[in-house]
Amino acid sequence: MYELFKNLGTWLTSGSQWSGTDGIAHRLAEHLEYSLLATLVAAAIGLPLGLLIGHTGKGAFVAINLASFGRALPTVGLVVLVFLASGLSMWPVYVALVALAVPAIVTNTYAGMTAVDPDVRDAARGQGMRGGQVLLQVELPLALPLIMTGLRLALIQVVATATIAAYVSFGGLGRYVFDGLAQRDLVQVLGGAALVALVAVTLDLALAALQRFLFRHRTA
Amino acid sequence: MIQFDAVHKRFPNGTTAVHDLSLEIPEGGVTVLVGSSGCGKTTTLRMVNRMVEPSSGTILVGGKDVQRQDAADLRRSIGYVIQQAGLFPHRTVLDNIATVPLLLGWGRRKARARAAELLETVGLAADAGRRYPHQLSGGQQQRVGVARALAADPPVLLMDEPFGAVDPVVRTQLQDELLRLQKELNKTIVFVTHDIDEAVRLGDRIAIFRTGGHLVQCAPPAEILARPADDFVADFLGAERGLKLLSLKTLAAVPQGPAPQGGTWTLVLDEARRPLHWATEDVRLPVRALKDTDSLLSALNESVASPTGLVVRVDADGRLTGVSSRDDIHEHASRAHAEVGVAA
Repeated sequence: MYELFKNLGTWLTSGSQWSGTDGIAHRLAEHLEYSLLATLVAAAIGLPLGLLIGHTGKGAFVAINLASFGRALPTVGLVVLVFLASGLSMWPVYVALVALAVPAIVTNTYAGMTAVDPDVRDAARGQGMRGGQVLLQVELPLALPLIMTGLRLALIQVVATATIAAYVSFGGLGRYVFDGLAQRDLVQVLGGAALVALVAVTLDLALAALQRFLFRHRTA
Repeated sequence: MIQFDAVHKRFPNGTTAVHDLSLEIPEGGVTVLVGSSGCGKTTTLRMVNRMVEPSSGTILVGGKDVQRQDAADLRRSIGYVIQQAGLFPHRTVLDNIATVPLLLGWGRRKARARAAELLETVGLAADAGRRYPHQLSGGQQQRVGVARALAADPPVLLMDEPFGAVDPVVRTQLQDELLRLQKELNKTIVFVTHDIDEAVRLGDRIAIFRTGGHLVQCAPPAEILARPADDFVADFLGAERGLKLLSLKTLAAVPQGPAPQGGTWTLVLDEARRPLHWATEDVRLPVRALKDTDSLLSALNESVASPTGLVVRVDADGRLTGVSSRDDIHEHASRAHAEVGVAA
């Protein structure tokens, strides 16, 4: 056991392990690229949807059921399915990651919108704001803390799951996990897993801190 | 100024909120819509700025049918104050007040200058403008709500139970402030409350609604108190409606004589002739002196509370002008009732 962790330490800290196309730096960049792109696309789909449902109050069942749907969705199954349909490309990975991220974004955006005090919304209309102005000037800013929580959750989930890119022969930190498994190199598997966990936790903490800073004027 | 013509409102669930309402609200002055919950008073108010659309009938504001105007434009031209103030929690107090001017496209600088001016109008310190709503007390938030409604200087102000959520002391302050503001600005104010005392205090006219959306009576407070249209109104006004009527009459007409000398009780004055207390050789009792503008009701109260039965009268600077006897006050109280025809 001790030997294992010592080797893991050496693996993580050796200079040669960090450089080159197979190096940690490059794999990390790939991993972040997949994750950010997938989350961005998910946000482009999920944000308008959540805002629309929250603003109109119509289709709330979509927002609520999407959450359980998202949890039930087998990510690897989805990758394989799209892989079989589209052949070898990054498509299966992105489809799976986006599908994973959208529910968290929609559900939290919707939750943020419903948490807006009805009196405040009423006052906004009563002062003469039009629908779009109520949405952009009042509802969106007030829902923003929960919207950001949704984006944060989505990004963390995606980062943790983006290892599957390697499953269909692409890069990212998952490379170490799948290669390690194939080569029966436990140190490499552990190293990859540890890096993924580290990236996820770091991003989560950083974004939480950003949220606290941005919304420091808000109560509760 | 505001005219309801055969207005009917039925909600989709089948309840009738307002039943065949025809009511004319004159320009200037405070019209209070009062009644227990579910009587349609708030719905009536909200139909003026189209927050609720009537099922049938027409509503005119300044001679123009509200239904034929763009709802957002209409609302920008009418001040609107709601319970709990409904301030925007993510905007500073100043930006809250500047809401309507900004919507009207005044530009940020001019809108903020106007907002700063209004802070003072509603009795808030200038540095309150940089704060956020949650940093203010309930009473202060309500003042901001009033300032926000006044920002674009609308001729009409709709107030929906604006002082319902603050404690009684603050409520009285806010009512006084509103009366002072109204003296200065002379807006057409429509004010909704379920509190008949608030209605009597603020209203130039009171419209009483009954459950089911029926307007029962609309008249100046003195007339409503003196001649309730039916048992429902009489019940709503409560057992002390005779006393409430006295709250509308001032003490000015009650005769006064010199303060008594050499009795058991002496009225002690300071060097500026301001009353300090009633005193015997070994007892001192506080004195609450009244001005001419105080009500007959408070005079009646003082005549009971005062150890001599005398009510101490002062001028605007608080200097003694004389005292009034219990008998004179009672006589004027009875006469006030006789004038408006209350059966004793």
